[in-house]
Amino acid sequence: MMCQNCSKRPATVHWTKIINNEKTEVHLCEVCAKESNQFDFDIDSSFSLQNFLTGLMGGDPEDLRISDQKKVQCDTCGLTHQQFAKMGRFGCGKCYEVFGEQLKPMLKRIHGSTSHSGKVPKRAGGTLRIKRRISELKESLQRCIYREEFEKAAEIRDEIKKLEEELE
Amino acid sequence: MLNEYLKNASAKWMKGEGPYHNIVLSSRIRFARNLKNIPFPSLAGDEDTEKVVNTTKDSLKRAETGLGKHQLTWMKDLDNLEKQVMVEKHLISPLLAKEDRNSAVMLREDEAVSIMLNEEDHIRIQCLFPGLQLEKAYELADQLDDLIEESADYAFDEELGFLTACPTNVGTGMRASVMLHLPGLALSKQINRILSAIGQVGLAVRGLYGEESEVVGNIFQISNQITLGQSEKDMIKNLLGVTKQLVEQEEQARQNLLNESKIRLADKSGRAFGKLSNARIISSKEALELLSQVRLGVDLGLLENVDPTILDDLMVLIRPANLQKYARKDLNPQDRDIKRAEIIRKRIDLSTNKEG
Repeated sequence: MMCQNCSKRPATVHWTKIINNEKTEVHLCEVCAKESNQFDFDIDSSFSLQNFLTGLMGGDPEDLRISDQKKVQCDTCGLTHQQFAKMGRFGCGKCYEVFGEQLKPMLKRIHGSTSHSGKVPKRAGGTLRIKRRISELKESLQRCIYREEFEKAAEIRDEIKKLEEELE
Repeated sequence: MLNEYLKNASAKWMKGEGPYHNIVLSSRIRFARNLKNIPFPSLAGDEDTEKVVNTTKDSLKRAETGLGKHQLTWMKDLDNLEKQVMVEKHLISPLLAKEDRNSAVMLREDEAVSIMLNEEDHIRIQCLFPGLQLEKAYELADQLDDLIEESADYAFDEELGFLTACPTNVGTGMRASVMLHLPGLALSKQINRILSAIGQVGLAVRGLYGEESEVVGNIFQISNQITLGQSEKDMIKNLLGVTKQLVEQEEQARQNLLNESKIRLADKSGRAFGKLSNARIISSKEALELLSQVRLGVDLGLLENVDPTILDDLMVLIRPANLQKYARKDLNPQDRDIKRAEIIRKRIDLSTNKEG
């Protein structure tokens, strides 16, 4: 069985928790287990994916105390960093902005990336669709110039110009 | 009565046959979406969650001609057994079954689409197809997503993509998964090597009932692990590629087993069939293991006159809530083992004797 966090190394630390007949199993490699800071084997401590996520965000319990002092709180849903540390879930879309900088290392560790390159919704996507289209067109413009297809290149240039005007 | 029960009990989407149906039991796409400026369900008030349901309901009404009719059911209107039956049919998640507060599901008539409302995220669109049909499931989910977005303001960030309650879903919000029956690879002891390789290409492997469920009856669920940084199409392509390779390896393993030990294989599936046909008390684990052996025998032509959909149907029918629905009363675990053996025997009678 592979580590359920990194999926790269074999899981060597296995943790089973049974509370009210609900069984939860965690399988980690040594590196991730160490990094999680969760293995104090305290009977009261509850280990779950949520706790584990908060371990990835900052990782050090010290960080949580510092941010507590700073009173980082989402002004839309009221979620505090401490609550996030407890639930491992955000309260609303705005949280992503509020916890922005602290969030990035966590996202990087979960997904290996911090930038979306998938679907852009028609309305909520705002100008992103246009921006993506412009960068696609710029790439094909370069290809046309390279192949000396100047007539086509001019067409693409005009299209880019039109889209850029739309953005302004 | 059994006929009627069988007709309605297993999910309708399972009845169809898709590509590679002898190995790929089903394909599923799930999108997690949230509305802008409304707290996610865990922190939302009643007014907010009602708005989520109404917005989704209204947007889907317009789709009824092209994308099928969707029936809205509130979780609070269902009793525990009914909810559990839906979980066992994979139509709703265990979490939605627990949530009573303005949680609902919009189910398409053929049960291939279920849209969960106010689960962990406001909206979770799920499309399920038999066999290997990930692209088809994606297309449908994409259409439904566009349609809902026409009247809903989604929480979306240019850099992070679709914003979700759990950071493990942010980005595409998409989870694509396939359910595979791999008895050949398991019997030839190749499965562990292959599964650890799968973990290394960014995919996760689980048992029949998703997160934290163990693998029983050689049924594996494989899904994308990351949701940020890759496009939906690339994620699907990746999963599709790996699935096709697994199908190929499974076919090869089956062929090798057939060449090397046909008689032993026939003996194994024949005995499994014998046990299932005659057992009076059976646990769900043992039943799934035997069903897997029977299904392999059917797929390889070693067992004749057995309906090949036997595994698909019984996989759902033998689960606790479905059994209790069939028995029309609450059953303790021991009674369930008895009822399970009964329903398996009857299902086998139906498919072999063509009764009723």
